[in-house]
Amino acid sequence: MRSETVLNMEGISKSFPGVRALHNVDFTLRKGEIHALMGENGAGKSTLIKVLTGVYEKDAGQSILDGKPVHFRSPQEALSMGIGTVFQEIALCPNLTVAENMFIGRSRSRFVQWKEMNAKAEEMLSSLGIPASPTQELSSCSIAVQQMVSIARAIDMDCKILILDEPTSSLDEDEVQKLFALMRELKARGVGIIFITHFIDQVYEISDTITVLRNGELIGEYQTSKLPQIELISKMMGKALSDVSAIEKQEKSKSARSVPVFEATGLSSAAGVRPFDFTIEKGEVNGFAGLLGSGRSESVRAIFAADKVTGGEVKVNGKRVKLKTPLHAMKKGIGYLPEDRKRDGIIGELSVRDNIILALQVMKGFFRPLSRKQAEEFAVEYIQKLGIKTPSIDTPIESLSGGNQQKVVLARWLLTNPMYLILDEPTRGIDVGTKVEIQKLVLKLAEDGMSLTFISSEIDEMLRVCTRLIVMKDREIVGELSGMSLTEQDTMQMIAQGGK
Amino acid sequence: MSRLKAFVSRLSHLFLPLFVLALLIIVNLIKGADYFSITMVNGAFYGNIPNMLFGASELVILSIGMTLVTAASQGQDISIGETGAITSAIFVWYVLRAGDVTLLTILVGFLISCVAGLVIGAFNGTLVSVFKVQPMVATLILFLGGRSIAFMIDGKVSPILANEISNRIGTVIPGLPIQTPIILTVVFIAIVSVVLKTTNLRLYVESVGINPSAVRLNGIDPKKIIFLTFLIMGVCSAVAGFIAVNKAGRHDSVNLLKFIMMDAILAVALGGNSLGGGKFSITGSIIGAYTIEMLNRTLLRLEVNPEAIKVFKAVFIIMLMVVASPVVRVVVRKALDRAKTIASRYSRGHTGGLSNAVVSMTDTTGKKED
Repeated sequence: MRSETVLNMEGISKSFPGVRALHNVDFTLRKGEIHALMGENGAGKSTLIKVLTGVYEKDAGQSILDGKPVHFRSPQEALSMGIGTVFQEIALCPNLTVAENMFIGRSRSRFVQWKEMNAKAEEMLSSLGIPASPTQELSSCSIAVQQMVSIARAIDMDCKILILDEPTSSLDEDEVQKLFALMRELKARGVGIIFITHFIDQVYEISDTITVLRNGELIGEYQTSKLPQIELISKMMGKALSDVSAIEKQEKSKSARSVPVFEATGLSSAAGVRPFDFTIEKGEVNGFAGLLGSGRSESVRAIFAADKVTGGEVKVNGKRVKLKTPLHAMKKGIGYLPEDRKRDGIIGELSVRDNIILALQVMKGFFRPLSRKQAEEFAVEYIQKLGIKTPSIDTPIESLSGGNQQKVVLARWLLTNPMYLILDEPTRGIDVGTKVEIQKLVLKLAEDGMSLTFISSEIDEMLRVCTRLIVMKDREIVGELSGMSLTEQDTMQMIAQGGK
Repeated sequence: MSRLKAFVSRLSHLFLPLFVLALLIIVNLIKGADYFSITMVNGAFYGNIPNMLFGASELVILSIGMTLVTAASQGQDISIGETGAITSAIFVWYVLRAGDVTLLTILVGFLISCVAGLVIGAFNGTLVSVFKVQPMVATLILFLGGRSIAFMIDGKVSPILANEISNRIGTVIPGLPIQTPIILTVVFIAIVSVVLKTTNLRLYVESVGINPSAVRLNGIDPKKIIFLTFLIMGVCSAVAGFIAVNKAGRHDSVNLLKFIMMDAILAVALGGNSLGGGKFSITGSIIGAYTIEMLNRTLLRLEVNPEAIKVFKAVFIIMLMVVASPVVRVVVRKALDRAKTIASRYSRGHTGGLSNAVVSMTDTTGKKED
């Protein structure tokens, strides 16, 4: 039942300084189709959407809407041509009414025609089956209804294409079903919907077609019913060669270790990860595998007490301890390099030196500052050790490249000489050379007796450094892989099927 | 070499306050160089410069506290004048109650007023750090109610501090050439610099102001640090109130340190500090505070009508802020870059030392905004 094409994007390329975000990507959307756009972080999904809606200027390629080439300079222009977009974060005004939110900034007249606006809103809401009254204040609606209102805002009467970028990430199961009902209603009207999500099950529930992107390249377009989950996952992650030699090296050193440095039972946190058990031994490198949003980061944040710990028991070196804040964890010899470097890692305006000494300084205490000379020596030592490229130790960290910023944050933790170091996506968004350097460093540290947890979205990278993978799906541990079964095939199988 | 570089980059952050100070000095020089002459009268320095240092004492101390509050909480405390009025009212109440005034009485009274300052700082700090109230809104409470509280402590209109020791603290100690408030200010600045040297106050405050989410993951509790800066602000207010009331010789709960928070915030901004928090320069704020005092005096000297003086001040400040704004910085930097390339095209390798210095200066200041 392939119907007529509404949008055709051909040979789209887009580069940012130093990064090729999209390379020769084709994308086709048909009338009344729900088309899932899939790919891991940095695959180019958002860039493709932004090129389509005129947020970014494309370097090459063309977009054809209804048979006519189009070129949008702004999202407003795209909207006027019938392309509506709803982003993950609800970009509405909670203290205005539902109707106001739907029409704000839309009116061509200088004055607001309240009656007309409310009537129009009422009509739209009821036709879409959205359970809200036009005069109701938006903040009094549930998150799901707010999300639906933002969809109602995005689709004009003559909407042709609706783009939903992770609309379900803050919704519960019930709310997701309501949203899906609305999507099906729009589909029946012939609207083409581009759906971006990290939840695989939702893709299989609602979408007709899947397009997979990886590293800015088109992997392919598939019919959802004909693409098994396992294949989708392998296409998203890419089937790079796993580095067998690295694993063998790890196997050898396995016998040397036996002491569990960290043990948790029934650990849970306010961030919503289900209670889980976890142990790591001296000199071991393990990892949490799973798709984005599977609870990988939440688990390690619970270990470091970065989120409020709500239950469970923790032992460090065999002794029961209570870790309530990151400082407790740090004092017990645990370090944590967070996933979002910009938000949680770097102190942007501070110098490279201050960024390097921060954690050590905090552990030493408020009244025992390092002397300027000591701080400089530490900074210089780690700049050399990790090969950090910076004009000087006084340079603000924000002016370094991503890879070098990451190395500085890594240096910060290495300086505290932790017994157990957690690295959450240490290689995201950094160049290939630095990636390999960090992987090598992790193996070296483990050889010297440090225990590490290494998380990455790239499965081959995890296979290269980890001897044990804890597989997660939907915020729950679904299984564990080590030794012979530690292969890409098995890992993906487990992610797709949810354990066995 | 790198030390020299660091020194130059430090100077570039102080560019704005030093520039304004220099401008004011030039204006006054043109008006007559005798303005800056210092004479000895009865064994003490006398002249416009000592007067300026004397007059700015409270503002300097308050601007130090304001710098820290701004850096950590990304907002301002607008109740500092009122806090000073309350703490000094307590000081006066204690001293007058004692009857026979000795140095010990004054000292104990001062310490009690400092404790009061801490309590008020804790109140403001709790609202801001625990309850996440905007600093300006949180401190609005005491801004509105503070003077009534001070009046109630006074119990009557303007109690008078008629004792020899207060008089000496407010003016000059016989035998010393420098007025006491100036000495107290210098001592205060010295204490602050010792605190900055021996603790991690700067690193913690700056980190919290820049990225509270990241510092939490490095074991610092941003709430505690913000709370701490309000405590320090409370002590600064108490010290400023102590100096102000001894200068005045009586406690006027209505006019003591009135609207001084405006000048203190301005001193922080003039000192090259971002009012959005983060990295701070106390040196800049101190120079900023003296600059404001000098601006007030210069406007008086230029015989600006006292009624109109506030308008002149406002216009001057608007001009400064526009000149120092990131927008203008970027424009100037681009213009200078273009001028540099044109100049180098015409005369290869021959650019004046001065223009080079200016270019590098705008480069370092402009970088922060990129």
